[in-house]
Amino acid sequence: MSMKQDIILAGVGGQGILSIAAVIDLAALHGGLEIRQAEVHGMSQRGGAVESHLRLSDRPIHSDLIARGTADLLISVEPLEALRHRPFLAAAGRLVTAMEPVVNMEGYPPMEEVRRELLRSGRPVLVEAHRIAIGCGSQKASNMVVLGAAAPFIAIPPERIEAAIGELFRRKGAEVVDMNIRAFQRGLEASQEQAASCEGPTTSETA
Amino acid sequence: MERQLLLGAEAVALAAIDAGISGAYAYPGTPSTEITEFVQRSGEARQRGVRSAWSANEKTAYEAALGMSYAGKRALVSMKHVGLNVAADAFINSALTGVGGGLVLCVADDPSMHSSQNEQDSRIYGRMAMIPILEPSSQQELYDAVREAFPLSESLSLPVMVRITTRLSHSRAGVLAREAEPQRLLTEPGSLPPAERFVLMPANARRQYRHLIGLQPEIERLAEESRLNRSVGGTSETGVMACGIAYNYVMEVRERYGLDLPVLKTGQYPAPREAARELFSRCRRVLVAEEGYPVMEELLRGFFGNEKILGRLDGTLPRTGELDTDIIARALGLESAPFEPAPGIVAPRPPELCRGCGHRDLFDALNSVMAEHSYQSVFSDIGCYTLGALPPFSAIHTCVDMGASITMAKGAADAGLRPAVAVIGDSTFTHSGMTGLLDALNDRSAVTLIIADNDTTAMTGGQDSAATGNRLETICLGLGVDAGHLRVIVPLRSRLKENITVLREEIAYEGVSVVIARRVCVEEAARRKKNT
Ligand SMILES: Cc1ncc(C[n+]2csc(CCOP(=O)(O)OP(=O)(O)O)c2C)c(N)n1
Ligand code: SF4
Repeated sequence: MSMKQDIILAGVGGQGILSIAAVIDLAALHGGLEIRQAEVHGMSQRGGAVESHLRLSDRPIHSDLIARGTADLLISVEPLEALRHRPFLAAAGRLVTAMEPVVNMEGYPPMEEVRRELLRSGRPVLVEAHRIAIGCGSQKASNMVVLGAAAPFIAIPPERIEAAIGELFRRKGAEVVDMNIRAFQRGLEASQEQAASCEGPTTSETA
Repeated sequence: MERQLLLGAEAVALAAIDAGISGAYAYPGTPSTEITEFVQRSGEARQRGVRSAWSANEKTAYEAALGMSYAGKRALVSMKHVGLNVAADAFINSALTGVGGGLVLCVADDPSMHSSQNEQDSRIYGRMAMIPILEPSSQQELYDAVREAFPLSESLSLPVMVRITTRLSHSRAGVLAREAEPQRLLTEPGSLPPAERFVLMPANARRQYRHLIGLQPEIERLAEESRLNRSVGGTSETGVMACGIAYNYVMEVRERYGLDLPVLKTGQYPAPREAARELFSRCRRVLVAEEGYPVMEELLRGFFGNEKILGRLDGTLPRTGELDTDIIARALGLESAPFEPAPGIVAPRPPELCRGCGHRDLFDALNSVMAEHSYQSVFSDIGCYTLGALPPFSAIHTCVDMGASITMAKGAADAGLRPAVAVIGDSTFTHSGMTGLLDALNDRSAVTLIIADNDTTAMTGGQDSAATGNRLETICLGLGVDAGHLRVIVPLRSRLKENITVLREEIAYEGVSVVIARRVCVEEAARRKKNT
């Protein structure tokens, strides 16, 4: 069986989706996988909508970009960005998103509407990433919470991803590494709890 | 050697370092900036003493690279597509002088204008210069092509262009490097290139031009034999000529839909004539897929006629913007995957000035002064401050090309427009604003130039800016600005009132005045704190 996974990462410029990408990249590289990861630099990094296309396979990958309707997984660190990037998701794809809105724009829709739309998107995993991250030491680790919540659906074992977090943050000292790994683990747990309560989609806020 | 995960831009840099360059010259610009940033971080480059300080603009960068090449060493010069407009004079003429050490220009085009004012296609410049153009499609191929571009440049004694586009530059993939070559030595005094080559007076230029034309068959032969140009067999009636990164999308479609599509991968120009002829003789229709302008398509239409050719010119592919897998699939009459559209509640999220950015406070002050006038246009330029064109500021009304703020304000002032106010960043000012200020001074035009000095080149991620702080005052005074009309303000909310007063006074002055609004970019300040 050949392995191939297409992941869209979404968020707002400055929210750290490139760190999520870097962790998965490292884990995949050590796992001997082929990788293509397209990212956004430039203008839109100033608080605009940003996305990264991450493709993993055990065979050569041609395109750097993922076509709409074909992504296996959509990982977003902001709920409206999850909706904006939903067109990438395949019918059977999975959506994982942080639920804290970043309101730096006009016309941000009411959160109830955002939530209602998110719940229409397959079997979404919705996490309160900021709250969990703050519990781990800093809101800065929200992106690792989201990565943890997505980990059950990534075609790389969570231990490998955890090791990659350690490698990526090593330069910043043991404390930062520990905090990010904790955030990753809490995110993973929140996600597993949601999967366990299999009454369709639920959110970690009710857990 | 181990496989490394590199952006396309980084693959260019690593290949150039491994090819033994002694200098990497550039002015930042998306999507090319990461090339030089990689060289600046590289331990190998440091050990080898590779020069990699940012140049003031693309023209100075190109000329420095040409000078290094003249002296016998290998040099890389990189820029974004519109940067080549600035460097074009040096670039085109360097094809006449030829080179000494290998000279490679890597130019990064930005189709879809993710971070640019236009989507011009650098291959047209390459054709105008009549030099070889390489357009690899993957990060590994890019590494290999840049390695080979240096000996190619030396063997033809011509600069070589490597063209990439946004997605290749900004996408990571595993790259296997090869063993590094030693750097080249300074040419012996008696062996430097002769003046007849480098002094482009008409007699020499004519001879050099004939020489360049004489090289064309050899350049074509090399493209014909290049590994960057190759055929992928197939039996279907429709074939594809796929240039550069378009090859990736075409191959993705070929695999996903299980097509038996013959594909001519094109990665070195001038395009391989024999291989194209073969594809056209075999197929009933040929789709020409290329990012940017329909450069190949136009040529092929001229050569093979219109009937067989599908592409951007007949609407099979969109006339503008970058390509992707869906676009290629649609062009081949295939159905792309169904998808759920984004719900109507998803409002756009445009980029914005950071919270706490000094440009915000400058625009607040400027807006209240401009509100006192009936003509309220502010001529501006390219940088983070361009975001001042958007609400809530709507403070600037032009952004055309680097440096155009001061010169357009001068022309408008000459036409009688008052006030004529220009806003420019520090890096844009040293890139190409200084000469415009000199024009205004020489002609005593009534303009007010506001230099937003945030101590960095912020838009592209915080590169060193060629002159900031006191040096800007020195430059302005040196050009001839009256010391009484050279003012410095600190754009802070707490100083709004005094800043309004200064701006009001200088904008009222019937002559050249300069106001420097000086406060470090908050992003840059955070980076500096992190690095200490
Ligand atoms: C010819 C050309 N070269 C490079 C660029 C890319 N570019 C746009 S803005 C900018 C830097 C602006 O720096 P500065 O003027 O200091 O303003 P800041 O972003 O710091 O506010 C660069 C390098 C461009 N658009 N055109
Ligand atoms: S990066 Fe710096 S200059 Fe640009 S918007 Fe942010 S604070 Fe302002």
